Amino acid sequence: MTLLFLLTLLSYLLASAAYLVYFANQKKETRKVARLMLGGAGGLHTATLAAAYVEAGHTPITNMHETVSFFAWSMTWAFLAFRWRYRVKNFGTFVSVVIAILMIIAALSPNEVKPLPPILQSMWLPIHASLAIMANAFLAMGFCGGVMYLLQEREIKSRRFGIFYERLPSLEALDTLNHHCLSIGFPLLTMGMITGSLWAKQTWGVYWQWDPKETWSLITWFIYAALLHLRFTMGWRRRRAAIMSMVGFAAAMFTLWGVSFLLGGIHSYAG
Amino acid sequence: MQADKLMIIGVNHKVAPVEVREKLAHTGETENPVLAVSRIPGCLESCFLGTCNRVEVICAADSPREIAKDVRKVLFGRSNLSDQEAERYSYTHIGRDAVLHLFRVAASLDSMIVGEPQILGQLKNAYRDAVELKALGLILNKFINKSFSVAKRVRTETNIGGSAVSISYAAVQLAKKIFGSLEGKKVMLVGAGEMAELAAEHLIAQGIDEVVVANRTLSRAVDLAKRFRGTAVSLEELVPQLETIDILISSTGATGLILRRGDVKPVMRQRMNSPLFLIDIAVPRDLDPELNDLDNVYLYDIDNLKDVVEVNKSERRKEADKAERIVREEAIKFEQWLEGMAVTPTIVELRQKMDAVKEAELAKTLSHLKGLSPKQMKSIQTLAASLTNKFLHNPIVYLKATSDPEEQRRRLDALREMFGLDESKD
Repeated sequence: MTLLFLLTLLSYLLASAAYLVYFANQKKETRKVARLMLGGAGGLHTATLAAAYVEAGHTPITNMHETVSFFAWSMTWAFLAFRWRYRVKNFGTFVSVVIAILMIIAALSPNEVKPLPPILQSMWLPIHASLAIMANAFLAMGFCGGVMYLLQEREIKSRRFGIFYERLPSLEALDTLNHHCLSIGFPLLTMGMITGSLWAKQTWGVYWQWDPKETWSLITWFIYAALLHLRFTMGWRRRRAAIMSMVGFAAAMFTLWGVSFLLGGIHSYAG
Repeated sequence: MQADKLMIIGVNHKVAPVEVREKLAHTGETENPVLAVSRIPGCLESCFLGTCNRVEVICAADSPREIAKDVRKVLFGRSNLSDQEAERYSYTHIGRDAVLHLFRVAASLDSMIVGEPQILGQLKNAYRDAVELKALGLILNKFINKSFSVAKRVRTETNIGGSAVSISYAAVQLAKKIFGSLEGKKVMLVGAGEMAELAAEHLIAQGIDEVVVANRTLSRAVDLAKRFRGTAVSLEELVPQLETIDILISSTGATGLILRRGDVKPVMRQRMNSPLFLIDIAVPRDLDPELNDLDNVYLYDIDNLKDVVEVNKSERRKEADKAERIVREEAIKFEQWLEGMAVTPTIVELRQKMDAVKEAELAKTLSHLKGLSPKQMKSIQTLAASLTNKFLHNPIVYLKATSDPEEQRRRLDALREMFGLDESKD
């Protein structure tokens, strides 16, 4: 772990703390500070990744530490880009907490920079891995939207108004958010799988070989595909969509970690 | 102490749940309960205030504690609660507390939605009814009138009514939390009533597109629909209509439920799970409480709406404190008035009124008479002054001539009415 990474981690933690303070006090000045801090952390993170690229000579997505760190980086920029087009009240607090958690996980994950095995030395590596991880970033934002939806709905439904009713946006806005995250995350996921399949054909000669990681990413893909399909045909929106997007995200996370640690397989050298 | 004669016994949303309050709703009754209260031995004056969140008896008696039980009997007459339970679900304010309470109620500080203006109109109606039924006397007349002017003062000097306009305001806030924007949404009113109409007006102001009105009598529905440029349907079409609407406001006078869980469940599937916001402002309730268990259905009754308001409370606390100060100030002034009311202030008021009449008439007469010498002018003025003094002499002697408090009260009352001292001051 480099000093640059530690600084990045620290600035993410501070940004997340600032967002939590903003969530409590709801003062515009605090939000401004929090946003600047997150932007700063994102910038620092970009520098960290660039330094790692220069040092290793390839895109730093080859071990668990690098993968999760890249995941957090994608989520930060996905959020900041999203925010620029489309604002959701207090979304930043939830997203920044997830980013901070990811960074802590990255810090704790093994980070051995080994010489790249020959099969990974391909232009497909940055394309396939970054598409898959960017998909995870948007799906993670959808997960945040789902959590926010369920929290808000619980207060409206139970008619007991706690800290969330005033702070979270309307149910409609949260459902739309969920849908937007999915409409970007799902195509990215699909492309990640297609590029992976093409790369597999090139390296192993087959498009698909039911490796545990492949299987689980297919399961994840089916969950999200079902959600999108049911949304348009059966009106599975709102509460059900929120729960489904959380289930889908859990599958995506299992694909990322569970498979690597529990199931092994040919993918397990990487994240 | 004169103020100790005042007593208010009441039930509101703070002390009793809707289940208890709906048994007290005196709407369907043929006889105004004020008559029953005024028949209680020992009760001198009374007024009855009944709204959907509040039922109160305001009365004056020489020893109010002794009649409290009888008053509760009238208040809880239609429920089968024992007096002990009735006491638990009601509050009794005597003397200074009663003064503070009525002023707070009138100023809408005690309302479910603090600052909503409907309560003042309802209090004015209660006052008018009591006047018509001759249940009011000097003390309550002044007391209730004073509460109107306190309410007016609070309204002009604080921002208490700022955002909360009525129960419908809370409903609009909630609708926005569920639907985001209200544009393009469809609302249905079931049953007519001031509250429901007000709620509809608010929702339309927030961008609601379409209004459907359902009523037992179709002609009433048609009238109301015309007002909102909506459509009218009969009550039998209620369930099929649920397929297309987003918000339903129910305020019928029905005694039972008009919509049950089983009616709505199949409809939700056809609605493709788009949310349905149900607002029940009727007492007794119109909508099955179990409806809230359905997915994407949000049911609020009048008690639940209160909680929405709690959320905005801190913003309004400052204004409420200011209003509270006004109320206390006015309560002290009113007590002073009551204490002095015995004789002196009435005499002063009487003289002031007569002097005003005298001055006005003199000015009128003197302007017609041209070329009078200063001496002649002076004697005309003396004439007017001695006439008013002579006319006032006997009434004032009559007022002072008794030491029996009951008799004095009667005389004060008569005199004040005769000379119109309590007329149109507010």
